[in-house]
Amino acid sequence: MKRIYVNESRCIGCRLCEWECVFANSGLDAMFKLKDLAAENFAPRIRVEGGEKAELNFAVNCRHCEKAICVQSCIAGALSKTGEGMVVIDDKKCVGCFTCVLVCPFGAIMPRADGKAAQKCMLCTDNIKGEPNCVKYCPNGAIVFEER
Amino acid sequence: MDYVIIGNGTAAVACIEGIRSEDASGSIALISSENRHCYGRPLISYLLSGAIKAENADYRPRDFYQNNGVKTYLGKTVSRIAPNEKRVYLSDGASLEYGKLLIATGSRPFVPPMEGLESVKDRFTFMTFDDMEKLSRVLSPEKSALIIGAGLIGLKCAEGMYGSVKSITVVDMADRILPSVLNSDCSAMMQAMLSAKGINFILNDSAAKFEKNSVTLKSGKKLTFDILVTAVGVRPETSLAAEAGIEVDRGIVVNAKSETNIPDIYAAGDCSEGYDMSTGTKRVLAILPNAYMQGKCAGVNMAGGVSSFMNAVPLNAVGFFGWHVLTAGCYEGEAFEERTATTYKKLFVKEGRLVGFILLNDIQRAGIYTSLIREKTPLSEVDFELLKNAPQLLAFSKQARAAKLTRKV
Repeated sequence: MKRIYVNESRCIGCRLCEWECVFANSGLDAMFKLKDLAAENFAPRIRVEGGEKAELNFAVNCRHCEKAICVQSCIAGALSKTGEGMVVIDDKKCVGCFTCVLVCPFGAIMPRADGKAAQKCMLCTDNIKGEPNCVKYCPNGAIVFEER
Repeated sequence: MDYVIIGNGTAAVACIEGIRSEDASGSIALISSENRHCYGRPLISYLLSGAIKAENADYRPRDFYQNNGVKTYLGKTVSRIAPNEKRVYLSDGASLEYGKLLIATGSRPFVPPMEGLESVKDRFTFMTFDDMEKLSRVLSPEKSALIIGAGLIGLKCAEGMYGSVKSITVVDMADRILPSVLNSDCSAMMQAMLSAKGINFILNDSAAKFEKNSVTLKSGKKLTFDILVTAVGVRPETSLAAEAGIEVDRGIVVNAKSETNIPDIYAAGDCSEGYDMSTGTKRVLAILPNAYMQGKCAGVNMAGGVSSFMNAVPLNAVGFFGWHVLTAGCYEGEAFEERTATTYKKLFVKEGRLVGFILLNDIQRAGIYTSLIREKTPLSEVDFELLKNAPQLLAFSKQARAAKLTRKV
């Protein structure tokens, strides 16, 4: 299965991937419309580590682990693996206990903006983009989507 | 049957998934006294409050047993395991022969002897879907509820019935709420929030005598109530195992492969003991993620594969009214603490390793901390100053980070 990988030597910490992620999952038709989004509702599923002008930056999102500990730990059966190996969340089933946040060794699953359920990267298969928007618009090739 | 599983909770489901990862065709039978499709047991409080619908409480899809070739005996109770015959007997007289057997009987509510308890008409425990349904039927806005026990079950039950009853009072003999999960500081913060919501707490006290709709506490205080929930604690359901001659301590004794002392009999989940790697002791870790991992390990080994589960970590993820606590490991050693009016963070370091933590309302990326406990990562290998501030992968070496982010994991 194709997965997202990052190259920290190419990341400048611009956080465009975070914006592209929020945009992709917003259902809006233009990114500038996110301007009115309150800071506490800005909840990307990909997070850039390292601050502005930091020596080192890189993005982190779901690794779609082969033996995903979040899937094993979910109390609701809300997290599962697809046949191809993608880790998916069913937010109708998620009760927002955040056991998954407690076990993910990458810190790649997080509370949704409303705090009522968890959210995670599903490689933009769950929105109209259909392919990872963060990868598509990274200006530096610091995020790639490929088989390894 | 090649495989027989007693129980239908997390460990049982995980065992099926473990067996099928090694053996696509061996016959599997599952026996459960609950006449239900597998459901997420901790979801009952969310079902009680209506936060989720019953059709979304399935722990696995409805075709799970069929897709895995599992013959189910739901609503059937095992009366006896006969290791000499390699057979389990059901209370209806039927019996099943097994090649390998898993005992995944979970735990049962522990109701201590309390005088006059049988005189209480609307009296409940809160462990199963059936318990939840029975309780749900008596809730009404003019009734008051009394919960004995301020642990996870008692307080999740309180949250679940909040708004559906006139008042909720929780009594616990401990000096704080969630005594087995939280230290006193964090417990006090959580209690203050719950009290502000209108939940009453009576601590350092316990029920001495019930008389229909009233109770006298040890302190002499008298309370009346309409609905009683006893949530004092749980005990591993070990009676079948003990009667079959299987070694039982606090829970069923198993090794790292989930084998009991009797050949071809395995045990997993809340009925069994696990190895708590944060303290290096064997104990019952009645925690859902561990039940999954132990059950899966059992299934793999039952089917002839090789699996070992030795790194159980005590974990708790629990939320009340939008406040969330995540905890892991043990609370020993040198501590680092940070708090605000509504957040609390405490990390515990011992022998150069992170061994435990408590996080309240500051939970983002907590799994990075948990992985340091589980992997026993020496803190000399990471930038702990960064980690104290917030869990982050920047704190790891370039090589460790590359292994996490540039390869399939």
